[in-house]
Amino acid sequence: MSLFDHLVIFPVLIPFFVAVALLFPGLSNSLRKQRAVSITANILMVVVAFSLLFKVEAQGIQVYALGDWSAPFGIVLVADLFSVLMVCLSAILGLAVTMYATAGEDKTGAFFHTLIMFQLMGINGAFLTGDAFNLFVFFEVLLIASYSLMIHGGGKQRTQANIHYVFLNLIGSSLFLFALGTLYGTLGTLNFADMADRIPLLSNNELLIAKSGALLLLAVFGLKAAMLPLHFWLPKAYSSTSTPVAALFAIMTKVGIYSIWRVHGVIFGDQAGELANIALPWLWPIALLTIVVGSIAVLASKSLRILCSNLVIVSVGTLLVTISLNTVQATSAGIYYLIHSTIACAAMFLLAGLIKEQRGQAEDRFVAARAMPQAGVLGFIFALLAIALIGMPPLSGFVGKALILQSVTEASQALWVFPLVLIGGLIAMIALSRAGTSLFWKNTGEKTSALKGHPMQYIAIGLLVAILPLMVIFGGTVNDYTQLAAEQLKAGLSLQQLNEVAK
Amino acid sequence: MELVYAICVGFMSTCGIFLMLRGHTFTLVIGLTLLSYAVNLFLFASGGLTIGAPAVLSSSENHADPLPQALVLTAIVIGFAMTAFAVILAMRGRADLGSDHVDGIEPFDPLAEDKS
Repeated sequence: MSLFDHLVIFPVLIPFFVAVALLFPGLSNSLRKQRAVSITANILMVVVAFSLLFKVEAQGIQVYALGDWSAPFGIVLVADLFSVLMVCLSAILGLAVTMYATAGEDKTGAFFHTLIMFQLMGINGAFLTGDAFNLFVFFEVLLIASYSLMIHGGGKQRTQANIHYVFLNLIGSSLFLFALGTLYGTLGTLNFADMADRIPLLSNNELLIAKSGALLLLAVFGLKAAMLPLHFWLPKAYSSTSTPVAALFAIMTKVGIYSIWRVHGVIFGDQAGELANIALPWLWPIALLTIVVGSIAVLASKSLRILCSNLVIVSVGTLLVTISLNTVQATSAGIYYLIHSTIACAAMFLLAGLIKEQRGQAEDRFVAARAMPQAGVLGFIFALLAIALIGMPPLSGFVGKALILQSVTEASQALWVFPLVLIGGLIAMIALSRAGTSLFWKNTGEKTSALKGHPMQYIAIGLLVAILPLMVIFGGTVNDYTQLAAEQLKAGLSLQQLNEVAK
Repeated sequence: MELVYAICVGFMSTCGIFLMLRGHTFTLVIGLTLLSYAVNLFLFASGGLTIGAPAVLSSSENHADPLPQALVLTAIVIGFAMTAFAVILAMRGRADLGSDHVDGIEPFDPLAEDKS
C-alpha cells in the first residue's frame, strides 16, 4: 500500500499531529515558529484536500477502513464528492483564518494555533466519517476546541456568551447520545450504510422508537446548525468572539446542515420504507420560519458582526429549504449555496474585524465615528461582499439563489420559497446598505490614530473574496460537480457497495 | 430488572433536567452530570440487558453485546472532560461576571420579598 492510499485519513491526521507538535517546547515558546508551522500545515491541508477531491472525482467514492476492520464492525471514513468538497472548504477557510490571526489575534492568549488545528481536525472528521458514533466523537472534538477558541483572549462578554454556548452544546451532546442509544437499540448498528439498509426492515413496534431517535438527532443537528427555535445562541456567540474564530465558526453551522443532509436526507430519506423522509414535515416550516426570523433580526442588528451572524441564520434557513425540497436539483443548488454562503460570511466576519480595529471605540456599531485610515479599500471589499451576501449579480450569491429558485418545481412550494428568499434578499440589501452608509460615510471628522491593517489580514480576506467571482466564472464546472455530488448523495450507499469499494 | 433499570434512567434524567432549568451554573453542572449518568446507563442498555454473560464472542453460548460497552466508555471519557471544562467555565463566569446566573446577572424576580 502506498502513502497515496491513505489519503482519506490525512485531513484528520495532519491537524492532529500538527496540533500536538505545536505543544512541544521547541515550538510552544516561539510564536513565530508556531505561525510558520501552522500556515505550512494549512497549505498542506489545502493541497491534500484538493488531491483527495481529484482522486474521488477520478476513481469514485473512497472508503477507508480504520485498522482494516471491515464495515459494520470497524469504523470507516467515506470520502464521496460532497464530503470531500466540504473538506476542501474547511481547508481553505482554515488557511485564511490562520493567516488573518498571524497579524496579532493569536497573541491574546496561549495555544491559539493548536486549538485551530484541533478544531479543523474535528470538522474534517465530522465530514468524512461514515459512522454515527464516530460522528459524535468528532462533534465533541470540534466542540471542545470551539469552546476554548470562543473564550480565547478573555473578557466579560466572551465569558458570558461562552457560558450559553457551552451549556447548550453540552445538553445537545447528551441528547445526541440518547438518540444514538435509541437508534442502536432498534437497528443494532451505527454504520451509516448499514443503518440505511436496515431501516426499511424494521418491525412495526420498532418503527416508533427509531422515529423518535431520528427526530432527536434532528434536534441535535438543528442546535448545531442554528435552525429555529434553536438559534438564539448564535448572534451573541459569533459577535462576541474574536474575529478569526467567528470566521471559522461560519463553517460550524454547516457541519450541522451537512449532518442533517446525511442522516435525514439520505439514511431516513426516500429509501427508508415506512420511515421515509420523516424529518421533512418538520423541516419545511422550520426552514421558512428560520428565514423570516433571521431576516427580521438582520433588520434589527446594531453592529456589523451581529448583522453578519443574523445573515448566517438566514443562510441556514435557505439551506434547510433546499434540504426539505428533497430533489437532486435542489440538493445540488443547496451545495453550491452552502459553499458560497460559508465563504462570504467568513470573509464578512474577517472584514468586520478590520473595520472594528480601525474605528476605535465605536467598534463595528452603526454609529458615527472617526474616519477609518483605510476606508477606501475596506469600503470596496464591503461592497463586494454585500453584493455577494444579498445575492445580486455578478457574484456567486446570485447564481446560488437563482439555482435554488430554479430547483423549486411545484407551484405550492414556489409560493412560499420565492417570496421569502427574494424578500430576504431585499431585507439584506436594506440592512447592508444602511450598515455601509453608517460605517463608511458618517464621520465625526476627528483625526484618527488607528493603525492600518496588517497585509496578512488583507491577503486572508482577498483569498476568500477571490473565490466568489471564481465560483461564477467557473460556475458551469462547479455546478456540474455539485450536480454529481447531489446525485451521489441521494443515491445513498449500501453496506455491500461500501465493502466492495473498500477492497 | 428492565423496569428498575428504566425507572432509574428516567428518574435521573428527570432530576437532571429539573436542575438544568434552574438557571445557575452550579445547578446546571450538577444537572448535566446527572443527565450524563442517565445517558451512560441508557447507552449501556441499548444492546439489551443480560446477566452473567461475557462480552467476548465464542467464550460461551450466551454473550452480551460488546459495542454499547465500548460506546459507554467513550461517552464517559468525553463527558468527564466536558464536565471539567464546564466547572472551570462556571468558576470563570462567577469571577468575571460576579454572579453565577447563566445570564451573568440575577433576573428581576417580582415574587421575591422586598428586602429594602
